[in-house]
Amino acid sequence: VSSKFHNLQEMQHTASLVTKVFIQRDYSEGTVCRFQTKFPTELDNRIERALLEQTVKTLNSYYVEAEKVGGQSYLEGCLACATAYIVFLCMETRYEKVLKKISGYIQEQNEKIYAPRGLLLTDPIERGMRVLEISVFEDRGSSGSSPSSSMSSCSTAR
Amino acid sequence: MKNCEYQQIDPRALSASPLSAQNPAEKKVQRPRRKWEAFPGKNRFFCDGRLILARQNGVLPLTLGLIVVTSGLFFAFDCPFLVEHLTVCIPMIGGVLFLFVVASLLRTSFTDPGILPRATADEAADIERQIDTSGSSTYRPPPRTKEILINQQVVKLKYCFTCKMFRPPRTSHCSLCDNCVERFDHHCPWVGNCVGKRNYRYFYSFIISLSFLTSFIFGCVITHITLRSQAGKGIVQAIQESPARYPLYSLCFHTYLVASNLTTNEDIKGSWSGKRGAEESGNPYTYSNIITNCCVTLCGPMPPSLIDRRGFLPPDEAIPAAARLRSLPGPECPHVAVWLLAPPTLCVPLRQPPDLQFQSFD
Repeated sequence: VSSKFHNLQEMQHTASLVTKVFIQRDYSEGTVCRFQTKFPTELDNRIERALLEQTVKTLNSYYVEAEKVGGQSYLEGCLACATAYIVFLCMETRYEKVLKKISGYIQEQNEKIYAPRGLLLTDPIERGMRVLEISVFEDRGSSGSSPSSSMSSCSTAR
Repeated sequence: MKNCEYQQIDPRALSASPLSAQNPAEKKVQRPRRKWEAFPGKNRFFCDGRLILARQNGVLPLTLGLIVVTSGLFFAFDCPFLVEHLTVCIPMIGGVLFLFVVASLLRTSFTDPGILPRATADEAADIERQIDTSGSSTYRPPPRTKEILINQQVVKLKYCFTCKMFRPPRTSHCSLCDNCVERFDHHCPWVGNCVGKRNYRYFYSFIISLSFLTSFIFGCVITHITLRSQAGKGIVQAIQESPARYPLYSLCFHTYLVASNLTTNEDIKGSWSGKRGAEESGNPYTYSNIITNCCVTLCGPMPPSLIDRRGFLPPDEAIPAAARLRSLPGPECPHVAVWLLAPPTLCVPLRQPPDLQFQSFD
């Protein structure tokens, strides 16, 4: 990869956005929140397949945990109903707790894996849970690379 | 990637209002605006974005008024008599039911029903690109639908021209609120809001408690009248003719929907009723068990609001975006506004505004 960033701040100051890749939702199991694990071809020479697949699978498992219908969610639902839903004003729902964990996980993944490769994951909640947005950055310092040749310059640098 | 084929227009040149040209310095000291202030749907917000309501909410005051007046008359006239002749529990039960009804109603009306935020410019461009490359040039490109498999059943996803995205399954666009709503049930004028994924359980508890309240009040009124004078119709006939039957009818219908994991929208359209010929089309979302369906719909996990009403807008988009989206008339203009908001470094191949290209498929 021609661009090596050491942290997110450095990337955001010295890099220019080339493109955004979107990983869409996978509805094969219904309306539960799940993202496709199919690897986008635009990222072929930016990141190893296994890493991205692992990230998406972990995110999917977090969403499964958030939307799990089981003992705890029934308890929460019944308690809320019994108090005419006033309890939601003072209590954080289980879904919100898991969303915070997801946020932390994405931040950690960005710092450790994606920023050094010039990529940035956006938390799906900021995109209405429709897509997992991956921003692809290119170092502004790399000479003469117009947007159209950014991909080919990456592949030659490898 | 192709070179940019659109010209970046200076947003300030478009603004027709003289105020914005005269006070450029004032913009910099403006307080940071919250996202609800630039929300594109037809909604009203209260308490700095904490509460949301449809813009067309004319009947909600009537609903509240009817409930309050009826209950008020009950407490004022029937309770004193019944407390004296029967038991003091009657106003207590009535009071609890009344509070439950009002709380559920307000919760239904002021909760975000599951509005999906509109696609960002980049997402919309990405979808356009995928649609363009998927069709061949020798025949007319297919209309904007996508077929997917859900639990081995084919479901068609439609493209929403307003929100610029393929609608997830069970999502529908409400024309009154101008929003796509997840698990859209219906737009209820009585509560002044859409009923969708996030507030269906509040709506259901509203109609169930309203049924109990009206039946209870009516029962007490009949008892009161009967005790005062021995004349009167039979109790069963009285209940059949009572106004309580309307919330009871609604309750029966929604109980059926909850038990079969359907929405009003799907039931009315007959989406899963097998009218489509020989192919089997059952509901792919049902758990095939009434108890499970009820539990999942009414006691499932509470999903978060996706529209982030109280988040802050980025400062450079705050005022121009809101002014542009509201001041430009016509259906194609919001799409123009979307391209104006795209960051300058993002080059997107653009032949013509996407909306015009696909006008014929409406």
